[in-house]
Amino acid sequence: MKRRDFLKSVSGLAAGAALPAMPTVISTAYADARSETLLIVSEGGPNNLDIHGVGTNVPGYEVSWNCYDRLISHEMKSGPGGVPYYDRDKFKGELAEEFKIDDMSVTFKLRKNAKFHDGTPVTAKDVKWSLDRAVSVGGFPTFQMSAGSLTKPEQFVVIDDHTVRVDFLKKDRLTIPDLAVIVPCIVNSELVKKNASEKDPWGLEFTKQQTAGSGAYKVTKWTAGTEVIMERNDDWVCGPLPKIKRVIWRMVPQAGNRRALLERGDADISYELPNKDFQEMKANGKLNVVSLPFSNGIQYIGMNVTKPPFDNPKVRQAVAYALPYQKIMDAVMFGLANPMFGAPKDKPTEVAWPQPHKYNTDMDKAKALLAEAGYANGFETTISFDLNFAGVNEPLCVLVQESLAQIGVKTTINKVPGANWRTELNKKEMPLFTNVFSGWLDYPEYFFYWCYHGNNSVFNTMSYKSAEMDKLIDGARTAAASGDKAAYDADVKGFVDLAFTDIPRIPLYQPFVNVAMQKNISGYQYWFHRRLDYRALVKG
Amino acid sequence: MLTMIGKRLMFAIPSLIGVVIVTFLLTRALPGDPAAYFAGPAATKEAVEQIRKKLGLDKPLIEQFFRYTNDLAHGDFGNSLTTGQPVAAEIRNRLPASAELTLLGLIVSIVIAIPLGVLAATRPGSWVDHLCRVTTTAGVSLPVFFTGLVLVYVFYFRLGWSPAPLGRLDVFYSAPPTVTGFYLIDTLIARDLEAFRSALSQLILPATTLAIFSLAPIARMTRASMLAVLSSEFVRTARASGLSPATVIVTYAFRNAMLPVITTLSMVFSFLLGANVLVEKVFAWPGIGSYAVEALISSDFAPVQGFVLTMAVMYVLLNLVIDILYGVIDPRVRLEG
Repeated sequence: MKRRDFLKSVSGLAAGAALPAMPTVISTAYADARSETLLIVSEGGPNNLDIHGVGTNVPGYEVSWNCYDRLISHEMKSGPGGVPYYDRDKFKGELAEEFKIDDMSVTFKLRKNAKFHDGTPVTAKDVKWSLDRAVSVGGFPTFQMSAGSLTKPEQFVVIDDHTVRVDFLKKDRLTIPDLAVIVPCIVNSELVKKNASEKDPWGLEFTKQQTAGSGAYKVTKWTAGTEVIMERNDDWVCGPLPKIKRVIWRMVPQAGNRRALLERGDADISYELPNKDFQEMKANGKLNVVSLPFSNGIQYIGMNVTKPPFDNPKVRQAVAYALPYQKIMDAVMFGLANPMFGAPKDKPTEVAWPQPHKYNTDMDKAKALLAEAGYANGFETTISFDLNFAGVNEPLCVLVQESLAQIGVKTTINKVPGANWRTELNKKEMPLFTNVFSGWLDYPEYFFYWCYHGNNSVFNTMSYKSAEMDKLIDGARTAAASGDKAAYDADVKGFVDLAFTDIPRIPLYQPFVNVAMQKNISGYQYWFHRRLDYRALVKG
Repeated sequence: MLTMIGKRLMFAIPSLIGVVIVTFLLTRALPGDPAAYFAGPAATKEAVEQIRKKLGLDKPLIEQFFRYTNDLAHGDFGNSLTTGQPVAAEIRNRLPASAELTLLGLIVSIVIAIPLGVLAATRPGSWVDHLCRVTTTAGVSLPVFFTGLVLVYVFYFRLGWSPAPLGRLDVFYSAPPTVTGFYLIDTLIARDLEAFRSALSQLILPATTLAIFSLAPIARMTRASMLAVLSSEFVRTARASGLSPATVIVTYAFRNAMLPVITTLSMVFSFLLGANVLVEKVFAWPGIGSYAVEALISSDFAPVQGFVLTMAVMYVLLNLVIDILYGVIDPRVRLEG
């Protein structure tokens, strides 16, 4: 072979080798995979695939929601802007094909053709075992079950292979809704029991790593902190077969990159972006951005009422008049929130929560109230916030600091690392702070029970105690259980009014959950847990 | 040689023990309560105590320490609470990702910096010298995450030349069977050229980011060390004897100038592993740095301890390799344990 020929053949070989690697040639299989696959990018991923696990984080809830079924779920209704929104008051069967609510119990008839991912049929004993597990494992799941007065395994009774009865401990309006949240999911009891050990009787270690449910999706690969891959369960019978075959959920820590991925069309859906990005993406119209208010959620400024100066209601009112509400709405939230302030003076209190209070930014009034309280020259204090949500909290606190300085209140900002935030909240020593609370169950008395009741739960971050408040909250709960509407309405109005005059915490706004997606993605539904429901999504 | 290596490793043991003790104490001294963190937002005081008990954090510190060292001796690094996985497995999976990226970054950097430094030294004051000065100053003064973001913005978002910054492989390729853990090598072993291409194109931007950052010390050190050697007497002698400039520079001067460069390389490698944390964040790289930072943020002890320990072992090995290299390059360097 001559040298020249050799060179020619080598370069020909090189060109041949390079060809198959060109994107145009490989792309048929690739394009098919793409059109049936949903690529989600978000900041954080699950740390556990089972919501019953120890310390399962919020992304883990999304896996549980899509990979497990519950006995019942909510119907959809049309929400703000025509987006499907879960209907708080209407339930439909999921694993149960019908259910009957009696005076002190509810009976579920299970679908006879429902199967777990491994092919075993779903039976009443799986339901009982799963509900027993939820009320027994401790931690968050048990706590959430107790919110609906579901605390004892004896409450769950197997009648026959496909019938289960849940007995009520007492009349509680929240029992049925609590059976439709994420926690009471039905687990494949035989499979998990096989993999349980003496030390771990509920098989939490097993379900942490794999899904053992009957839901519409199953996890096929999970690399913690990197990606979750879920495939559709083609034998799912609890609803119409989902359109998306495969879900790839990648963790992309950088918010700027998540936006770039969306705008370049590489990712299909993302959430957890800064408000400014959402607002800009909304404005330029290349993507669909859905913004809906958190149900039963409020960002607020809290004050510790056990210690001076905030033990004086006048001081708290002064602060409520000195907050820069509108500036926060514009400069921190970029308009992506519902204002919870400045209701007209003559507006009657509604039987609803959240609703705006009547305070507005009014420095003269604030100064006058502060002088009345004996702090004409102001005072010094610290305002704390959770660094995990620094994107919102930091500018918010700077604005509050600036505003309070105008009435002579000098504040230093205390940034609390995320890992430490709950410890700090539990200590109940921070004088002034900002935080969000949002309840899965969208009932005013539920919110108030956790946030204002004198039994001083973690969420009563202000350590607020008032006999009158407790009476109203307990009254509303009893009235709701017995269906006494007049008494219920009076009590709800009563506690809302009291919360606004005593003002231990100052509501600022109701935040929005924002989701950005490609134009060809439809079917997004808002759920109380604010995570995605893949079952309803459609691509193309 | 072997006895020397053995001796060196023996001497590393006390420092590793020190590292174990210090990281244990440091992680315990971190603010934040893992029990409260993992009990979830809705936890009551009792729930937090339950979790604390489950995690074994209610035991006295000394007992926790003995349990920890006992587990370590059995190769058990503990479980990460944030990712829910055993730390040893996670580090094993993530270390190759970081190492591949860091090594490639370092190689790119060496390939550019050393010739640049040599050229700058042979022609001080020329345009090459100025180019060397400007690029290195610019590279070192730009923070890595910033360079990374700019590169993503220009090459991915604006021009579309580079693939999406989504980690080690395109979303629709599956990872090659693990042999070395380095995707560039594993894909070749599996003869999967498409995946190789994908892995390589995913690597280019992050490796360039790291390379830009590490150009400066290598180029500057090469230049300074070359200048010193070039003005020494044996080089003058070599030139006077009529050896060609290439022989003088490459064979005589460069070999003698290598020692300080090697030292710098080891330092650069270690701080590249640190700079990795930010690059991994920007490029969603499933490496060891981002893992350690996540763990630190949620005061998750086990991964932090595991990370520090792994790094310590790597430094010990790295120093050993450098010392051996010294001996190879300069026979005058004798290694006593």
